[in-house]
Amino acid sequence: MARPERPGAEATAARGWFGSHKWLVARRVSQLSILAAFLLGPLAGVWIVKGNLNFSYTLGVLPLADPYVLAQSVIAGHAPERKALIGAAIVLAVYFLVGGRAYCSWACPVNMVTDLAHWLRRRLGITKSVRIARSLRYWVLGATLVLAGATGTIAWELVNPVSMFHRGLIFGVGAAWTIVLAVFLLDLLFSDRGWCGRVCPVGAFYSLLALKSPLRVTAARRAHCNDCLDCYAVCPEKQVIKPALKGASRGAGAVILSPNCTNCGRCIDVCSKEVFRFGLRYDGREDAPSPALPGAVARAARADRA
Amino acid sequence: MSEQDTPSPASVARRRFVLDAAMMACGVGLAAGGLALYAKQAKALPPGALRPPGALAEGDFQGACIRCGMCVRDCPYAILALAKPEQPVATGTPYFVARDLPCEMCEDIPCVKACPTGALDHALTDIANARMGLAVLIDHETCLNWLGMRCDVCYRVCPLIDKAITLDPQHNPRTGKHTLFIPVVHSDACTGCGKCEKACVLETSAIKVLPAALAKGEIGKHYRLGWKEKERAGESLIAPDAEHRYHLPEGYTYEHGGRGLVRDEPGLATMPGAPAPGTGAK
Repeated sequence: MARPERPGAEATAARGWFGSHKWLVARRVSQLSILAAFLLGPLAGVWIVKGNLNFSYTLGVLPLADPYVLAQSVIAGHAPERKALIGAAIVLAVYFLVGGRAYCSWACPVNMVTDLAHWLRRRLGITKSVRIARSLRYWVLGATLVLAGATGTIAWELVNPVSMFHRGLIFGVGAAWTIVLAVFLLDLLFSDRGWCGRVCPVGAFYSLLALKSPLRVTAARRAHCNDCLDCYAVCPEKQVIKPALKGASRGAGAVILSPNCTNCGRCIDVCSKEVFRFGLRYDGREDAPSPALPGAVARAARADRA
Repeated sequence: MSEQDTPSPASVARRRFVLDAAMMACGVGLAAGGLALYAKQAKALPPGALRPPGALAEGDFQGACIRCGMCVRDCPYAILALAKPEQPVATGTPYFVARDLPCEMCEDIPCVKACPTGALDHALTDIANARMGLAVLIDHETCLNWLGMRCDVCYRVCPLIDKAITLDPQHNPRTGKHTLFIPVVHSDACTGCGKCEKACVLETSAIKVLPAALAKGEIGKHYRLGWKEKERAGESLIAPDAEHRYHLPEGYTYEHGGRGLVRDEPGLATMPGAPAPGTGAK
């Protein structure tokens, strides 16, 4: 299977750089805005958000709590106060709606680290990857919950690179950078998409929310797929694409139903045939087959609208 | 492996699945075991680190604190910090070091109010009831007051002066004529804010705030303190109180707190130390 050196080159040729990177740009804006909102307080004294991803309080009205951390706290034997429970309920509801692991690709700061590792891996031509089963994360998730009960503490938070990194950026990083570096090196040298795609129990937890999430990516124009493999090359969870993209013959719907799709939208970006778009999970039908919609036509259509 | 043993693809997939599962169970189990040991170690808060007011007992605290740093943010004196991974306090949990910056004991206790989980107990509404630790005048050899000087700084800075720290006068045996003013901490009032430790004028503080469990002794449950029992009962419980009597030579009395040994009728009695036969011991 030839691996595209520059996935998305065709799409860029067809729709321009922004046209083939808009979801990526939107994601980076989202990730950096979240970070910036948290950093405005300690750096500029503008307190929009206090706290960190484990719990935050926005403008003195909106509590947001990480339901995974809170679940461990409950298993450890503590009954949290109402504020944390409300915060967790809001987060659960929002990520249920936007697709569980949207947390990973739109909010989590580690995503930028592992995306960089993946990008560098491709540029450096590193292809060797230790085989780590993607189901490992669910074992880790289970283990962290058991540990919380067994130790009576939120044991995972002692080593969790996700919260350590985010907290480090806001409250002072200390030696947490070594943990982040370890994640980076894992992804760069040992296992492609190793941390986010195979190990991280935070993502595994949020994936459970996505089991019924309404917002999904759909390969609505899968009939137009030209097998360029660009979507596989950029997808952080490539196993999620095939059932939807190539499932027509088996009668499978076009919606990517796997809870591990992070709704990052990168496949939408890089597809020169505009096979993918965001849609609802109930909407399994394909877009009406039409003669291949060339990028030029689409661009013209957009230009008209603009 | 013989011909008929050649596995079917389904069987290969099954074996692979089982093998994968076994590998992951072992690997994750091992890592979890390591983390469990680490978590156990991490429960030991080093004596120098103090939790914010209202913090649950350390074991419970680490199950309740979600490491969000809201208490850190709402501390008006920027005293609290979240532990970094390389520090000997459970990663991400709030603490302060009294010798660097002690708790200012805000009346409205904003750190406790900010806590979203109750790891800092919201039942704490009067800061005087906080028990962050217990001050202990740990080194009598260097404490200036113990040396006979009038430093008194720990006593003066105590927010609960004359309740949490008192100065108890004692005889100074070195000079024979002065008083030692010994700072004494009272655990029923000390909040463990650390002001005394911060203020101690020595290079290294002679008074330190320690975790209460480290600082406090505990009397056996079966112990009864006679004088307290007497106070409660209104009378001695063991034997009727009898006036104390000295075994004195005949003709002598003892004036307690007064002149001391007094000869009743000068000239009649023998010298003390050589009592007449048949007198003295009874």
